[in-house]
Parts: sequence; C-alpha cells; structure tokens
Amino acid sequence: MDLLLSGFMILMRWDVIAALLVGSVGGVIIGAIPGVGPAVAIAILLPATFSLDPIVGLTVLLGIYGSSMYGGAIPAILINTPGTAVNALTTYDGYPMTMQGQGRRALSLAYSASFFGGIFSVLCLILLSPVLAYIAPMFGSREIFLAALLGIILVVTAHRRQVLAAGMMACFGIFINTIGLEPVKYSKRFTFDQSWLASGVNLIVVVLGLFAISQAFLLLVDRDESPDAAPVSGRLFQGFKELLGHKRVASVAASFGVMMGMIPGVGEFTAQFLSYTYAQKTSKKPELFGKGSPEGLIASETANNAVPAAAMIPLLALGIPGEALTAMMLSVFYVHNVVPGPNLFQNKMDFVIALYLALLILNVLVIVFLLFSTNLLLQIIRIPTRFLGMAILTLSFVGVYSLRNSPTDCAVAAGFGVLGFILKRLGLPIVPIILGMVLGGIMESKLRTSMSRVKEPFDFIDRPVAFILFCIILLVLASFARTKWKDYKEFKANKEAQCLTNKPSTSFGQRMYRRRSSSLTARGRKDRGKP
Amino acid sequence: MSDKPSNKVQSGDLVFAAIFLVFSVFLLSQLPNQVLWLKKVKLVAQPGFWPAASLIGMVGFGLAHFLSRLRLSDFRREGSEMAVWAKSLEFAVWFMAYVVVVPVVGYLGATLVFSLLLTWRMGYRRPRMLLASIGTGFATVLFFKTMLSVKIPGGMVYEYLPNAWRSFMILNF
Repeated sequence: MDLLLSGFMILMRWDVIAALLVGSVGGVIIGAIPGVGPAVAIAILLPATFSLDPIVGLTVLLGIYGSSMYGGAIPAILINTPGTAVNALTTYDGYPMTMQGQGRRALSLAYSASFFGGIFSVLCLILLSPVLAYIAPMFGSREIFLAALLGIILVVTAHRRQVLAAGMMACFGIFINTIGLEPVKYSKRFTFDQSWLASGVNLIVVVLGLFAISQAFLLLVDRDESPDAAPVSGRLFQGFKELLGHKRVASVAASFGVMMGMIPGVGEFTAQFLSYTYAQKTSKKPELFGKGSPEGLIASETANNAVPAAAMIPLLALGIPGEALTAMMLSVFYVHNVVPGPNLFQNKMDFVIALYLALLILNVLVIVFLLFSTNLLLQIIRIPTRFLGMAILTLSFVGVYSLRNSPTDCAVAAGFGVLGFILKRLGLPIVPIILGMVLGGIMESKLRTSMSRVKEPFDFIDRPVAFILFCIILLVLASFARTKWKDYKEFKANKEAQCLTNKPSTSFGQRMYRRRSSSLTARGRKDRGKP
Repeated sequence: MSDKPSNKVQSGDLVFAAIFLVFSVFLLSQLPNQVLWLKKVKLVAQPGFWPAASLIGMVGFGLAHFLSRLRLSDFRREGSEMAVWAKSLEFAVWFMAYVVVVPVVGYLGATLVFSLLLTWRMGYRRPRMLLASIGTGFATVLFFKTMLSVKIPGGMVYEYLPNAWRSFMILNF
C-alpha cells in the first residue's frame, strides 16, 4: 500500500500529468494516421525525452506505445487501412461490419475490447510484481546472457517464413554494435581508421534511420493518397455492454496478449493469430469470421492492446527488450542512469509502480478521448501521404541532429533510411537489426563477466535459472527444426502431387522430372517396354 | 513483431541478397586487420570475438538467403525495383541539404524553406497545402526548440541581428 501511495505521489506532478495527456492523445492521433505508427513517433521523440525526467520521458513514450493501437483501429475499421501494422487483423472483421452499415458498432466494440486488453495486462503486471521482484534477483550475468540469447533466437525464429533474412539482420545488428572502441581493452574494431567511427554507431541514429526516415522516403516515393471516411454518428458506449456477452473470448485473447507480450521477440502478431484462431474455433458462427464477426474483432483488438504492458516485464525485470519499441525505451533508462533489471525491483520499486499506474491512467484517458473525438480524428486520417512524408522527414531531422549536432550522424541516419526503405519495399524484417544491436551489447558484456567465473563449460548452467533457460533454448531450437522439417516434407509432397496432376509443363526441368518419376512407376516401365 | 512478416518473393530480392552477401564477405575478409587478437586471453573475452561471430552469422545466413532467392527470383524484374531504390536517394540528398543549411540560416528559416520546397517538389500547388507546409514547419520548430528546448544551435545569420533579437532567436528558434 505504501508503495502504491509513493507511486501515486511520483505521478502527481504537473509535468507527469502533462506527459500522460500528451502521450495518450498523441499516441491515438499517431496511430490513427496510416503510415506513421508508434515506432516512427517514438524514434523522433526519443532524443527530446532525454532532457526530461525519466518518469516524464517514459510516460510520453509509454503513452504513445500503449495508445497508438486504439487509434489504429479507426482507419482499419472505416477505410480498410490499418493505422498501425498490428491493426491489420482488425480490417478482417471491422471493415466488413462498416460495409454492412455497422461502423459505429465496430468502432465501439474495438474501443471497449482494446480498453479491456489494456487494463487486463496492466493488472497482470501489477499482480506479477511480487513474483518478478522475487525472481529477478536470481538473474546473474550468465542468466541475463542466456535470456538475451533466447531473445535473439526467438526474434529470428518468430519470422517463420523469413528466418534466413531475420538471422542475417540480427547478425548485422550485433555487428553494428561492435563498431568503435571495445569497452574493456579499448582497442578499435572496424573503424577503418575513421575518427567518426571510433565512438561507434549510435542506436538512436540507426533507429531514426530505419524507422522514421525510411518511412518518410516510402511515403514520398509512393503514389499520393488521401484516404476518406464517412463520419460516425451516434454514441460509442454500447460496446462495453456487448463485450460482456463475449467475456470468454476477451479474457482468452487478453491472456494470449499478456503471455506473448512477455516473451521477447514474439509480440502482437502471434498473440492476435492465436486469439483469432481460438475465437473462430470456439465460435457458434465461425462462418462469419472475415465477413464481419464481432468475436473476431474483439479477439484481435483485445490481444494487441494487452501486449504493451506485458512487453515491459522483460524490460523492467531483466533489462532485456523484447521488441523494437521497448529497445528504444531502454535507451531512455540508460541516459538517466536508471538501469532496468533485478536491482530496479529492489531499489526503485516506487518508480516501477508509478510506471504501472501511468499505464493504467493512460488507458482511461485514451478511452475517454476516443469516445468523444472519433469524428475529429477522421479529419486527421485525410492528410495526403506525400505531405505526411515531408512532415516526417522534417521531424526526423530534430531527432537526429539534436543528439550531438552532428552532420555525420545525419548522414549515417540517411544511409540507414535508404536501407530501411529497401527492406520495407522488399518486405524484409527490420526489427532484428535493432534487437541485435541492443541484445548483442548485453550478450557481450554479460558473457565476458560470467566466463571469468566459469571453469568447466557445464558450470555455465549449474544454477537452476540458467539451466531452465538453457533447456528453453534447446526446446525452441528443437521445435523450430521440427516445424521446418514438417514444412519441407509438406512442400515436397505438394510439389510431387502438382507434378503428377498438372497439365503438361513447358519447363524443360519439369518435363525431365515427370519423365523420371514416370519411369520409376510400374505403369511407366510398362509404357517404356521395360520389365 | 512490429514489422509484418511476408513470404512473397519480391523483385529486387536477389540483388539485395547479393549486395548483402558481398558486403558481409568483404567485412569478414577485413577481420584480421580491423580487430585485435590478444595472447593468453580466452576466446570469448577477445575483442574480436563478437565481430567475428556476427560476421560469420552474416555470411552464413546471407549465403543461404542468397541461394534461396536465386532459386525463386525473376531476373527480368530486378532492374525496375532498383530504379525505385534510386528514387529514395533524391530525398536523402534533400535531407542532407536541410542538415547543411540549418547552421547557416537557423532552424526556423531552414525548416520553413525545406518544408515549403519539398511540398512543392511533391506536386502540391494549391495555396492551402503550401500554407499547411509552412504551418507544419513552424509548429515543429515551436514544439521542439521553443517548448522542449532541444539542442539545435542558432544560425550564422542570427549574428547580424540586433543584440536583443539575436539572443531571442538563438534561444527560441
């Protein structure tokens, strides 16, 4: 109770209250504009928050992170364009509902489901605090190294059909982090005798380039679009009542959101996929899914909004970010000398509680703002995309230049902007680069520290938590290998079936394959006149 | 994950995979010259351990990715995608020009000119859009420099202003 009160006291300051308002309202607006998204906004605002108090800076960023998905549901439902990437599944049922004249109902349901997901995950976070405070001190150097390694492996394997690309990007991120002066012996690494490389490549410069500048390039190069949506009339409160009728789906979806949010590298997409699949399988009207099912909408919106608070768990308890946005927030902690990890729970529990309460208040502020300002937000959606690109490029300058007033940083950011643009065009993953940079640094320092106390290789996993983490790593790798093997066998079976049933192919290779397969069968041998 | 996974083979995939692989191999070839290998120090404590591990990973994954793209890509479509990539370079030049102009003209002046010219370049001609671009530029400066006091130095032209105006402009714009 004392902790709760001291947490409240931290929040009862005008600058924190202002940060709560700016973060929640700003997040909704940013989320509602297709093509911006929380990553761009957080990347731009990151350097500006360095001059603020840690709680103020983090509240703004948390606000944007937590509330952008609420805003992202508006264009997803009304114009079939997700405001943020994680609202993509909302279009499946939200937009068909709008087409059936139920736009208001869909929005109302999305708001209430998002609110439920957000509050549920914050409550889980608060309830889990004592457990985290108990477990966190069990994490020494080797456990944190293994957790970071697990994070990298999960980030790579989570990109199921792009594992190779995700792997090379994660390794690229780890490599970028090693450039500059090495922290123990102070020897230069990959500086090519260039003085500007001696201090290394700044994470924020890379983040701004890959997320903000690349997005500006994408919008400036692409065709100009100006989305339009009809205004919504009527009250938006009814969704809460309707949500009560779908308690089971909402609770399960929120639980999936919390569980997936806690696991580094997994996040919203998996949570949504699992929740949506569960809702469809247990629904009395599964045929409605994808055609305007309220249950589908509730499942996807509840799950994605339950993730942000849960994603703070590995960050606060272990100092290990599970995704790009929490990786960005980690730099705010470091700038203010607040080191997230086991010590945070022991020494600054009131700060942690204040963050939880901020998340709780943010959700309330967002829902109140949304219930009264949806039509106002529809005006913002109409901003032409190329104009938006210009605005993002202008804002990106502040983010990069205000760090060190360095034109070199800006050139590096522009370079990463071009790289991010190419990756986005190709649909290749960007997040592994950022996580590679952050987790690579953690792994390097923790492995070095822990190896000084390890004599035999097995000493590394002789503590219970280290052993459990090691087993989880093996389990993840084994399950990934199994999935890949199944995929391969399925692919091979499909290919063979296709070769035997398709019309004659004009491809020389396929013709030869068919001839060889045919010659191996009894009928083929007979046709060829051989025994 | 924040970025949506996709399993579609895009045009340009092969070129990117090839460039990434060549870049990784080049970096790996520079490993002996660019990092220090100390005697009587454990492998994991070597300054070169993590660069070596990451580069081996880059080459390994890069090679496998390249081979997978080689099998699936349509060679004829690669060129058109590269032309789109080249378009982004124009805006990188715009961005760098903005960076160079700020210390000379000052943050406010450079931002207003940059946003107006880029809006014009993107094909907007209506006075409403041009005014909106000036408004966006002004609001950006007001929010970041005047309100949040982010570290952006005053322009060289501010030196020619009267004393009172000079410090006001340096502090706020």
